[in-house]
Amino acid sequence: MKALPLTLFAACALTSLASQAAELDIKLTNLTQGLHFTPILITAHNSDSKLFSVAMPASTALQTMAEGGNLEPLMTEATAANSDMVANPAEGLLAPASSTMASLSTKDSNNYLSLTAMLLPTNDGFVGLDSWMIPTEAGTYTIYLNAYDAGTEANDELVVEGSGMPGTPGIPAAPGGNAGMNGSGVTSSETNMMVHIHPGNLGDDDLEAGMSDLDNTVHRWLNPVAMLTVTVK
Amino acid sequence: MRFSKSLIILALSAGLAACGDSDKSSDNMDEALEEMTMEMGEMATNHQFMVEVVNLTAAQPFSPVAVIAHTEGMLWQIGEPASEALEIMAEGGDNSELLAAEMTMQAASAESPLPPGEQVTLTLTTGELNSLKISLATMLVNTNDAFTGLNAIDVSSLAVNESMSRTSFAYDAGTEANSEAQGTIPGPADSGEGYNEMRDDINRVAMHPGVVSQDDGLTNSVLTSQHKFDNPVARITITRTQ
Repeated sequence: MKALPLTLFAACALTSLASQAAELDIKLTNLTQGLHFTPILITAHNSDSKLFSVAMPASTALQTMAEGGNLEPLMTEATAANSDMVANPAEGLLAPASSTMASLSTKDSNNYLSLTAMLLPTNDGFVGLDSWMIPTEAGTYTIYLNAYDAGTEANDELVVEGSGMPGTPGIPAAPGGNAGMNGSGVTSSETNMMVHIHPGNLGDDDLEAGMSDLDNTVHRWLNPVAMLTVTVK
Repeated sequence: MRFSKSLIILALSAGLAACGDSDKSSDNMDEALEEMTMEMGEMATNHQFMVEVVNLTAAQPFSPVAVIAHTEGMLWQIGEPASEALEIMAEGGDNSELLAAEMTMQAASAESPLPPGEQVTLTLTTGELNSLKISLATMLVNTNDAFTGLNAIDVSSLAVNESMSRTSFAYDAGTEANSEAQGTIPGPADSGEGYNEMRDDINRVAMHPGVVSQDDGLTNSVLTSQHKFDNPVARITITRTQ
């Protein structure tokens, strides 16, 4: 009884799908209690110009973002792909349990929304949204985002200043100022070289020594790590 | 009631007119009939909602579940400090202050804690339907200040016998550090202290990072691997019965 009218309605609505340029108001909330987000990149793009793909190797641009928070290479690629974008709406780090807002006008062909930001302190963890289809119907939509691992660096959980360059082991910073030191390193290898759901920080309870420089009561998380609210005007 | 009937006929004939509307005519009838039933219901009684909560965790009993009906306000907001009522519930499982919150129109509480793997059903009856929202909160008692629930779910468009189902995340009230230390956890894993007015955490509500436990590297934790949880922690089904 309910399915039939819906099908018919979809058929009638098809004509209005041709043009998809959209005006979006976007709000991103860092839901975590102990992680900072580095500058955030949000792009509206065509079906090919994704920021990342799960179960595929990270691009060098994604690796650069995930290991050190540097958006430049991803932005260069997005510009070349004619994507619409908002870069760094929070003007720096987005603290735990904080929100930032942005507006984005999208072109006709850019029907998908993606987002990335590095998670600190992690080695190569990032919060991600991959190719969410922008609805044509006006309204407010809520999407929960998970933490991904770029698969490009071993999660040794050692805070090392200046380690944000791709290929340099270590976590470049713990912005909360609550990490430890002198850890021996949780692991020196990354077995899954594809982009995957992050297994989480381990941390330990010894800030002066132990395996990890991270605090196991502060720097862990459970998914989702962010809430994205998109208003299609 | 006669008035309503003729309205249905009007709606039907108007609905058959255009392509865009033809598919909706049957819905219109349903809606009109529904409205009629609703009106009849209203004359006799109030709107009634059954709220079923299932504890999905391995070993985290829920403190007595509190449900409230309201039209405005929220029990918590991510990034904002917890209200004192929420803190009292999230640290010690005592929901009395939450139930008495100013925005509450109707409230119900489970009589006892909800063990893992079990479910409880609570009933709310309200006179108001316009903008009606349902909120729910309960503590994961083998933690320092973890809670779960629903925040201002709009049920005003729920038809009689219709239901909606949600899963819920574990939140952290941000009012007590997650030390997991002996004497700080009110649940059976510790039988320690519940509410304490001191706030020694980030003082903002956020998602809970999970418990660590002594088995996973927190030497002074009274918790074991069985107390660990992941999202979601509860399934909640709201059914409008009247």
